[in-house]
Amino acid sequence: MNKKSRILTFVVITAASLGALKVHAASGAACGSFLSEDGLTKGECKEAYINAKDKASLQRGAQVYMNYCLGCHSLKYARYKKVSEDLEIPLSMFQENLIFGDQKMGDLIQVGMDPKEAKEWFGNAPPDLTLEAGLRGPDWIYTYLTSFYIDESRPLGVNNKVYENVGMPHVLIDMQGTPRSVCKQIPSFADNGGIKQDPLTGEQLTEEKCGFLQVDNGTGEMSPEQFDKTMLDLTNFLAYMTDPLKVERETIGTYVLLYLFIFTMLSYLLYREFKKDLH
Amino acid sequence: MVTKLMNWFDDRLPLTATIERHLTKYPAPINMNIWYLAGVLLVVVLVIQLASGIWLLMNYEPTAEGAFASIQYIMRDVKYGYIIRYMHTTGASAFFALIFLHMFRGMMYGSYQKPRELLWVLGWITYFLLCALGFTGYVLPWGQMSFWAAQVIMSLFGSIPYIGEDLLTWIRGDYLISGITLNRLFAFHVVLLPLALIAVVFVHILALHEVGSNNPDGVDVKKFKDADGVPLDTKPFFPYDVMHDLYAIGVFLIFFVAIMFFYPDGGGYVIEYVNYEAADNLKTPEHIVPSWYYTPYYAMLRAVTFPLFGLTAKFLGFVVMAAGIAIFVALPWLDRSPVKSIKYKGIYSKFFLALFVVSFLVLGYLGAVPSTPARTIAAQIFTVCYFAYFFLMPIYTKYETCKPVPDRVQLG
Repeated sequence: MNKKSRILTFVVITAASLGALKVHAASGAACGSFLSEDGLTKGECKEAYINAKDKASLQRGAQVYMNYCLGCHSLKYARYKKVSEDLEIPLSMFQENLIFGDQKMGDLIQVGMDPKEAKEWFGNAPPDLTLEAGLRGPDWIYTYLTSFYIDESRPLGVNNKVYENVGMPHVLIDMQGTPRSVCKQIPSFADNGGIKQDPLTGEQLTEEKCGFLQVDNGTGEMSPEQFDKTMLDLTNFLAYMTDPLKVERETIGTYVLLYLFIFTMLSYLLYREFKKDLH
Repeated sequence: MVTKLMNWFDDRLPLTATIERHLTKYPAPINMNIWYLAGVLLVVVLVIQLASGIWLLMNYEPTAEGAFASIQYIMRDVKYGYIIRYMHTTGASAFFALIFLHMFRGMMYGSYQKPRELLWVLGWITYFLLCALGFTGYVLPWGQMSFWAAQVIMSLFGSIPYIGEDLLTWIRGDYLISGITLNRLFAFHVVLLPLALIAVVFVHILALHEVGSNNPDGVDVKKFKDADGVPLDTKPFFPYDVMHDLYAIGVFLIFFVAIMFFYPDGGGYVIEYVNYEAADNLKTPEHIVPSWYYTPYYAMLRAVTFPLFGLTAKFLGFVVMAAGIAIFVALPWLDRSPVKSIKYKGIYSKFFLALFVVSFLVLGYLGAVPSTPARTIAAQIFTVCYFAYFFLMPIYTKYETCKPVPDRVQLG
């Protein structure tokens, strides 16, 4: 094989594998009937801009989780002590404020609820969330948390755009306020992507689209921006739960790579010396 | 002192002779190219898998109740346990990526032709063992995809006429996939299959060193020797190839480590997202997809949608899939070409080899995505193309015109 065809083969294989990856990304966990803010895309998750190194965000997320979520959702593969260490929350403070009942620091984070009874109450036992961010992705979790709305036809009075007819109540409704699914006038777009205009007046044409989420003014303890930020913190915490050693792993990985670069360089020089013998 | 010690050993063990035969005096053709690296890298990955496997075994619990939690225990509570596990999962994918390249190299340069038929067959056995290792290992974390992959693959045995159902129960050891099934797959994965793999790889290398390495020109380097009887167009394996391989291993490990530490999920290909959920026999995942290295064969399985001769479509699909893996072993006897390397073979050989590669890649893609009627037809067409490479080989290799093969290897 000559050099040209060798390069060609490489390019083809790389392109094919990148193509395959792209297909996979497109078929990832979609967000149900969630409508984007501009009303143009449906079912695509909002991007969760989270940072595993942001300890303050993780601490806030842990606080929300322990107070609002842990009543039903266990984190049964993780231990209290590890969370307090990783998030740099002092042991005594953690013990006083974030551990309820008679659980010990070294215990796995369990819930007291009996799964059989839970199934009767909610139709399905609330799942363990240790690995939820791995299963569904942080974007999905973030979009889901911000997609509850009032729906009187449901037994618990709320529904979710991302997970239709979910059995979970809107636990954070006091925090968020009353979210509703509303209709809005949005600019209508032509097939070429431009905004449609009235040919006579030049006015922009609009159309009505339904399914937007809006919180009733002044009903929540938090402003919409604050709530959004809190949900990002919670998402960040769940992402940390799935992959608690991400930061450590990437730090070690960097050192290993550095070592390997030096090793490879030296081994290349050695190889070059030996190669001289052959010609 | 050293000489004395070596003599002591040599009187009791063929130590010097072995070192000379396999390292310092093993003649490796001078024109070996980048494709020849896959072999040595496979040995590296084998070592990685054995080492990481042993350490995983120290904390893994092979029960239906404890398996999933023990993996999380390794990932969270065992010091550096996540490094060991990611090493093993990344290693599994690397193993297959490399063996595909290694096999393709052999197909390209006719490395299966006389006198290397047995070498090729031994290599094929390692491939088969690797498929079995991959499958059994995949079930052990006992996640949703582990469970349902086991369900789908094992149910194939149930499609065998007459004995199928009983055979299936016998294989599973239960009426459904259960902890008993997990235990036996565990025993195979950590004892039987690795032992067999090591043994076959050992014999594979012995056979290689008996017949000598092929090369991109497919010419016999042993034809021309110098006064000492050393083939002219060769270099000693040690130090020349070893130094070269060391450099290659460095480059390979950079990629390996980058995936391991920074993209351990590999976009859902190295570790599938569905496997973040523990096995649940009451809840079927939306799409059941095998690991990426089985997808070409999974596409073949699904491509057979019609019963024939009173046999069910599922059984026929199973047969086609198994044949897709098994057919490689017949290559030495299907190829009637007087030349080895694709460089000197005729246009038909080149065309069919290219068709084979395209079919393999397309089937790999089709096996990874949910099937639609159009995709099923595509899978059927490419399954036929895949087998055409093998079944038509006796014809197209016999009647095509080949280029003259030089006496000695060509450089550059």
